Amino acid sequence: MRLRPVAFILVLLVIWQTAISSHPGQLLPGPWQTLRGIGDLLQHGLLLKYVVASLFRVTWGFLLAAVIAIPLGLTIGWYRRAEMAFNPLVQIFRPISPLAWIPIAILWFGVGDLSAIFLIFIGCFFSLLLTAMSAVHNIPDVYINVGRNFGLSTPAFIYRVLYPAVAPQLIVGLRITLGIAWLVVVAAEMIAVNSGLGFLIVDARNAGNRYDLVVAGMVVIGIIGLLLDLAMRSLEQVKSFRWGFPEN
Amino acid sequence: MSTQSSPQSAGVKLRVDHVRKAFERDGNSISVLEDINLDVRNGEFICLVGPSGAGKSTLLNVMGGFLSPTSGSVAIDGETVQGPDPRRILVFQERGVFPWLTVEGNIGFGLSNLSDAERKQRIAHYVQLVRLQGFEHSYPSDLSGGMKQRLQVARALAVNPDILYLDEPFGALDSVTRFIMRGELLRIWQTERRTIIFVTHDIDEAVQLADRVVVLSSRPAKIQDILTIDIDHPRNLSSPRYLELRDQLAQKIGLAFSA
Repeated sequence: MRLRPVAFILVLLVIWQTAISSHPGQLLPGPWQTLRGIGDLLQHGLLLKYVVASLFRVTWGFLLAAVIAIPLGLTIGWYRRAEMAFNPLVQIFRPISPLAWIPIAILWFGVGDLSAIFLIFIGCFFSLLLTAMSAVHNIPDVYINVGRNFGLSTPAFIYRVLYPAVAPQLIVGLRITLGIAWLVVVAAEMIAVNSGLGFLIVDARNAGNRYDLVVAGMVVIGIIGLLLDLAMRSLEQVKSFRWGFPEN
Repeated sequence: MSTQSSPQSAGVKLRVDHVRKAFERDGNSISVLEDINLDVRNGEFICLVGPSGAGKSTLLNVMGGFLSPTSGSVAIDGETVQGPDPRRILVFQERGVFPWLTVEGNIGFGLSNLSDAERKQRIAHYVQLVRLQGFEHSYPSDLSGGMKQRLQVARALAVNPDILYLDEPFGALDSVTRFIMRGELLRIWQTERRTIIFVTHDIDEAVQLADRVVVLSSRPAKIQDILTIDIDHPRNLSSPRYLELRDQLAQKIGLAFSA
């Protein structure tokens, strides 16, 4: 089963290579050129440096958003009135693309890591806030009543009923949001900083139309995105979370 | 445990006193319970039956402290019920067990104030009582519907409550499992001797289990009749007396529908 996607990707690579060889224009570098581009980057020590830079920003922006948005969202979701007050605000902010914040990020934090981290934070924050709010809503009343029936104190209730009841939904939300973070970091690095995979792509184009490096950057971004998603998915296998996910 | 029972309420475990319950909906007040009065003796098995939507569950939730009555009061051992309390546990029809805890974790849920050794012992005792040996480390998703309900009963009994409220606990099970579960519940009740209030819409269930069957009328619910089931356990389900009581109950519920 595991081999099937790999085989499929190989077939696509072969098609890509033959297409490029039969139309040797400047439309796209072939897979072989791209691979050599990745090799180039590795040789100059740039690949590792840029990957680390991007991951560093994603980690901080994502973690900050999670640490603030999840407790806040759970609290807002728990108190109906708070939700009525906050919900319109969240719905207004949420559709604003994080990229629209770029000028403001640069105004506030200048060009550098902080700007990029801020943009990732913005991109993750509202998504996680909504996830946490709706996760609280979706807790069946039965669990809450059982918690009350057994006389739990508020901290015990939060730790032993609320948190485990929302955990699977939060994991789904975190997984989706990490994907968003990875999208935003590339865009942010194209404008707000001088390193990272996003910067690599713009720089490769600006510095001499090195499209092999552009596509190399894209491939690396895709592969790392896949690995991040796999890491998040492995959380779904934790025994005490697994009840919230369909059998697979 | 408080034992403030006054002389006149001696032997009465639970007293429902002129309870009314109305819900506000769109500015209208909808009466669900209408002047309910009921005394339940210690160790008694009471079944609440009535047409669906009559307010059986509402009454149970008021008794359990999950809902407060609009007027009147519920008292246990002479002490007015103010809210949910681990001394009286409600068992739900579905989804009552925590899916993120194992069988052991669920039974031990209310036992965090015990020492490890005591908790282990208590869990083992109730695993045995509800016959879930071998499933201690299983999650509810790996249990059948009947096992989940047994688990819920075990978790309730483990905290040593004086009253068990059961809200159509076997309503979501198939009829064979339901039949077996009744036997199990009777066996548990006879070994543990708790006061049980059991909501059901199943006439057979009521006649097989209860000491007394309380028949509620349709909404707003009043107590229409109380039927004493004077047959010893184990009950012979084809004895003339059983069939007679079963018919009587069916008739009373039929009356409830037209009331």
